[in-house]
Amino acid sequence: MKLLNNFVGWVDDRFPLLDTWKEHLSEYYAPKNFNFWYFFGSLSLLVLVIQIVSGIFLTMSYKPDALLAFASVEYIMRDVQWGWLLRYVHSTGASMFFVVVYLHMFRGMIYGSYRKPRELLWIIGVVIYLALMAEAFMGYLLPWGQMSFWGAQVIVNLFSSVPFIGNDLSVLIRGDYVISDATLNRFFALHVAAIPLVLAGIVFVHIVALHKVGSNNPDGIEIKKNKGADGHPLDGIPFHPYYTVKDIVAVVVFLIIFCAIVFFSPDMGGYFLEANNFIPANPMQTPAHISPVWYFTPYYAILRAVPPMFGSQFPGVIAMGIGAIAVVFLPWLDRGKVKSVRYRGPIYKLFLASFVISFVGLGYLGMMPVTPTYTLMSRVLSVVYFAFFILMPWYTKIDKCKPEPDRVTFK
Amino acid sequence: MILIKKLSMMVLLMLVPALVLANEGGVHLDKAPGNLNDQASLQRGAQFFTANCLACHSANYMRYNRLLDIGMSEDEIKKMLPEGSKLGSTMKAMMDAESAKTAFGVAPPDLSVEARARGVDWVYTYLRSFYTDSNRPSGVNNLVFPGVGMPNILAAYQGEQALQVENHDGHEVKMLKLVNPGSMTAAQYDATVGDLVNYLDFMSEPAKLVRHKLGYIVIGFLFLLLILTYALKKEFWKDIH
Amino acid sequence: MLAFKEVLLSVPIAAITKNFGMCVLALCLGFFSARTHLLWVATTGFYLYKKGINVMTDNVDRSKRRLLLAATTAAGGVAAAGVATPFVLSFMPSERAKAAGAPVEVDISAIAPGTMKVIEWQGKPVWVVRRTPEMLSLLSKHESELTDPTCSVPQQPEYCQNANRSIKPEIFVAIGICTHLGCSPSFRPEVAPADLGANWGGGWFCPCHGSRFDLAARVYQGSPAPTNLIIPPHQYLSDNLLLIGDDKKKGVA
Repeated sequence: MKLLNNFVGWVDDRFPLLDTWKEHLSEYYAPKNFNFWYFFGSLSLLVLVIQIVSGIFLTMSYKPDALLAFASVEYIMRDVQWGWLLRYVHSTGASMFFVVVYLHMFRGMIYGSYRKPRELLWIIGVVIYLALMAEAFMGYLLPWGQMSFWGAQVIVNLFSSVPFIGNDLSVLIRGDYVISDATLNRFFALHVAAIPLVLAGIVFVHIVALHKVGSNNPDGIEIKKNKGADGHPLDGIPFHPYYTVKDIVAVVVFLIIFCAIVFFSPDMGGYFLEANNFIPANPMQTPAHISPVWYFTPYYAILRAVPPMFGSQFPGVIAMGIGAIAVVFLPWLDRGKVKSVRYRGPIYKLFLASFVISFVGLGYLGMMPVTPTYTLMSRVLSVVYFAFFILMPWYTKIDKCKPEPDRVTFK
Repeated sequence: MILIKKLSMMVLLMLVPALVLANEGGVHLDKAPGNLNDQASLQRGAQFFTANCLACHSANYMRYNRLLDIGMSEDEIKKMLPEGSKLGSTMKAMMDAESAKTAFGVAPPDLSVEARARGVDWVYTYLRSFYTDSNRPSGVNNLVFPGVGMPNILAAYQGEQALQVENHDGHEVKMLKLVNPGSMTAAQYDATVGDLVNYLDFMSEPAKLVRHKLGYIVIGFLFLLLILTYALKKEFWKDIH
Repeated sequence: MLAFKEVLLSVPIAAITKNFGMCVLALCLGFFSARTHLLWVATTGFYLYKKGINVMTDNVDRSKRRLLLAATTAAGGVAAAGVATPFVLSFMPSERAKAAGAPVEVDISAIAPGTMKVIEWQGKPVWVVRRTPEMLSLLSKHESELTDPTCSVPQQPEYCQNANRSIKPEIFVAIGICTHLGCSPSFRPEVAPADLGANWGGGWFCPCHGSRFDLAARVYQGSPAPTNLIIPPHQYLSDNLLLIGDDKKKGVA
């Protein structure tokens, strides 16, 4: 024991072990009034770790080759000891990643976590989200089933609608004239090496930025305004042990849900693993009905809602792109006097509710086949979706806010 | 606990579209009577599969020794092995893909994951929906798979069916009628196909047998962990006022 | 000391979980990580304490807190072990590898006296030689030149630890991989060829680093290979049917 103590001391003299521990855990003061919505940050980190570890193990048996990929996935599912579990953990993790990240982002929206001084923290978060979408999209090609192939085919073809350079751009992305072995191989490289490195890097930066400005809280007020004699915020508590023990409870609840899916419904009724993806990719035959995985469908619905203009699909692609990154502008769109939804007026709440309805509604419509009714609904909901952002400077300004309390609400 | 309530609401919300999304149009599919815990049924299905389907189809990802999982003995499996195959061999088709393609116009698909790709109800209905159609080169067509390339090799068991289109209040209703009985009664044939589909379901994901059992243990343990961690959290948070 | 108790508490659980079977290796790994974590927490905590930083508030029921902490960590250790198990086991040979490495049947009736047949088992060359009476008689002649003439190093199943290193004297089975660095030695059954010298009584010569083996695959002194070649488990299913890779089961396809 003494030896170990000496060892820790020896390391601490050469590496800021104690300082790091203090700064980020034992003396990182977080507001004591975190609620349910504040679990999803740590849960996102947990899922990132799950994905990296399960992904590394899958890489050991997967073959990024158009002739072998599909069979190698079945090899993992049947022949590799416990391979089925590794794969289901990874496929469930992909969807659950978006579940926790969407909830994490929604938390930021309702409590105004993007407002000054956390604008950069928010932007970094949006970059993580975009990297995550790229990661998910490329990973989805790897099983080399029909949905993998045709999903990638459709999405990459979106780039060909870019004026002037479109066709060259999509050929460049694919490395071929259709999705092919070359595409599979490069997506594999990007999926297992490039984007994970970027993700790990920006997640680290995200946490560093968070610990610089401090956490927001459900009341949307700065706890640093009220400091005690010891210099610590009166409403702040050390992250460790209080939030570590609290987050662990959330982790276990999350794992219960996660394992329930992995063990009892890894397909999740076709939402996490699509039936058509158990048919090997066939460039000669498109499945009757294709749609992206659920986490992309809101944007896909926006894409389909915009009619071609000037003989080009490009406006729809632009709308989809803006739809996906719209949240990044929130820090400059929001003119409200308060941050948290708790003290916002009815107009903001109305817009927020319509935003949630439009996002979920578009997500549903994105999975449905095109019919005139659905297209009309998609158009209405797209307008509602964008109205939330475009009108925000106006409605947040005229909205009647309630007075913020001086100290956080607890219990 | 509010947390649990909210989380369960979340899960429910996620499930809603799954319930809404049903079979999109097409023919009504009969429910396959499968039960993966019924080893006798799985074994009958396996026997039928290796004796009939493997003539043209392969199951390239399925190894014979996987049949141990459904309670067959090594000796029983060895009797099913084709010439040159070992216990650990995968299930190859008797007919090679090239000549099959010449014979049927399309290469017979590998059946390893077919039940997963199509769904058990589809396969169950498909195998019972062949009917005589002189316009087709094989002489048969199928209600759920129009223009099917596969000849109805099961006619020997089921008999021959004919298509009858009836008019019910302006709706066309397609029905199949047995015109020439086979070696099995309708009930026997349905049960045989039921066993076969049950086996195909098992073959499409052999891990399913373990998955459910392990799931109960894992989730049970996690609930124990939940109690402990929740008590720990409560204990620590006594400090916070 | 807080940590010591916690470590002690996790030990009986380690003993219990072993009985659940699964994989002892993975369990060890899981517990190792859990205990490393505990030690880490304990030492860091102690270090913080020495530096005057108290991580715990006073006037709380410390014993209950410790007990809960120990119980949670122990349960977490079991969870870690449970998680580690499938990951570690995924490194074991897959069903495909097992199928390829399954015991192999060899029909030895066609092997002429003095010749060798090479078959593949677990991806390795396995030699089956039908030795002539002359070859067998030569085996005892050069025992003084061998590193391990009595086969004391267990490089063979017990039933092959005899003068001929075989079940039937004339039929010899060995894995054709040099115990030096893994090359496959070449079969040189002829007596006293020019390149191997007058003392050569037939055997195997490794082209990579010059290791020499006699016709019972026993290594000659002065060879770089440290031990005799390995004899795989094998059995006779009938007079002319040899099963390589399994000596316990009766009748395998």
